[in-house]
Amino acid sequence: MVEEEGFQRYLAHAILWIGIAIVAFPVYLAIVASTQDNAVIANGQMSLLPGGHFLETYYQTLFVGTSGSTREPVLNMMLNSLIMALLIAVGKIAISIISAYAIVYFRFPFRMAIFWTIFITLMLPVEVRIYPTYKIVADLHLLDSYAGLSLPLIASATATLLFRQFFMTVPDELLEASRIDGAGPFRFFWDTLLPLSRTNMAALFVILFILGWNQYLWPLLITTRDDMQTIQVGIRKMITTTDALTEWPVVMATALLAMLPPVFVVVVMQKLFVRGLVETEK
Amino acid sequence: MQKQAIFQSKLLPYALVAPQLAIVLIFFYWPAAQAVIQSFLLQDAFGLSTSFVWFENYLELFKDPAYFAAIVRTFAFSFAIAVSSLSFALLLAVMADKPLRGSTLYRTLLIWPYAVAPPVVGVLWVFMLHPSLGVLSRYLRAMGVDWNPLLDGDQAAALIILAAAWKQISYNFLFFLAGLQSIPKSVIEAAAIDGARPMRRFWTVIFPLLSPTIFFLLVINIVYAFFDTFGIIDTMTRGGPGKATETLVYKVYTDGLLGGNLGSSAAQSVILMVIVVVLTGIQFRFVERKVTY
Repeated sequence: MVEEEGFQRYLAHAILWIGIAIVAFPVYLAIVASTQDNAVIANGQMSLLPGGHFLETYYQTLFVGTSGSTREPVLNMMLNSLIMALLIAVGKIAISIISAYAIVYFRFPFRMAIFWTIFITLMLPVEVRIYPTYKIVADLHLLDSYAGLSLPLIASATATLLFRQFFMTVPDELLEASRIDGAGPFRFFWDTLLPLSRTNMAALFVILFILGWNQYLWPLLITTRDDMQTIQVGIRKMITTTDALTEWPVVMATALLAMLPPVFVVVVMQKLFVRGLVETEK
Repeated sequence: MQKQAIFQSKLLPYALVAPQLAIVLIFFYWPAAQAVIQSFLLQDAFGLSTSFVWFENYLELFKDPAYFAAIVRTFAFSFAIAVSSLSFALLLAVMADKPLRGSTLYRTLLIWPYAVAPPVVGVLWVFMLHPSLGVLSRYLRAMGVDWNPLLDGDQAAALIILAAAWKQISYNFLFFLAGLQSIPKSVIEAAAIDGARPMRRFWTVIFPLLSPTIFFLLVINIVYAFFDTFGIIDTMTRGGPGKATETLVYKVYTDGLLGGNLGSSAAQSVILMVIVVVLTGIQFRFVERKVTY
């Protein structure tokens, strides 16, 4: 072990705490602002200490929404975001794990062609094909629906590649053993492969949930009804162009509520999160 | 590499790949193909007739100074975001890599911004640096800076870059930390025995060994700056003032919203696709990252 002198160590601690402070400051401000009176904030007189409007602001945010014309309770937006994020995460894992299973454990004509067809989708994020995708979703009458929100975002290869990579490392002996026990392709998948994939699935789920919850451009385009808004879209609509009308405490409370679920997931499931991040490189 | 032990079945594998294949074809290939076809067509002003015009839409774009400016701006943003976020994250990672008490706590306190959505990042930063009510704007004005990102394009650009870099610190920090921890301690000890001071050890031993990670992160950060900054820009500046913060992705969005030129908007999409494919290609070609379990 290389000796670190005392000064060096103190310096490291100091730099890390400064870094943490810089990273946390915008969020601290949001917490403080969400407990203060809007008139005070709008005057530029905001204090750096919490105020007394905590309950009032959060009650209004969750159950009533802003006072403007598009009033929509944030709780409802959170529910929409939750449904979308879960559909994306579960849907992607489900369709990917079975197609990876087919590609690794079967030989069939066009196997590699199909693999490449899926693989290429890895490259293009939804942002580069938004309008043509929008048109297709509109033609399928999926605007303002959960299917429309989630299906186009499920079309990607990351999960398939990860499961394929993992299945390749599963020893062949396991398949031979379960075949001797009389297991067919379904039994082997269900009793052997799925339990082995549990950690991979969980790590992937954590990342996909965060990515799904944080989607913005796609929901912005395809939701028109206020009751279908996700929280990320809702918060943008709360900032009015005429600044005087923006209810900053409500906006800040919404921002905090919007980051609560994904940040909670990252902090509590840190091991799975780091693993998922390294594997998907997202 | 292929599995030796496999199942025999004619139809089952097709049934298993069918759901994914269907979704990929409908929601990926079909729209991508539409964009490519559309980019070669020109529609008249009333949308009554379309004609095949080869590369005219592309030529028009490249002749358009506004589009050229958006390309330059997007690359400048990407570069600024990548460099500022990477250097700050590297500094923090080098510090967190030292044998300190509480290093897991430090990691936890530094990685959570990854989970904050781009539009929320935009809202947080716009509030902090709002010209009339922002807390930091007060100090900036007290220092004599004429701070008004709503009117000053350079200040608006700086705001976007700072906010976008802030969000990316945690990602870069995690990968740098992993990279640093994979450097064998014996190499660093050897340098220390040879009498190299910490700064010298960093620049001559650690930094070169970290270069694959740096290159990998550079590509990831550029892709991030290209696409994931949309939410930040849309909540902070909406591309303004003027066009000072309009990136390529944002331009596709606004041009499409105005609903004007379908061919041009499609050509813009195709150019973006090509950029992503090139970046991904570079990443696969030069960054042979081994996945470790």
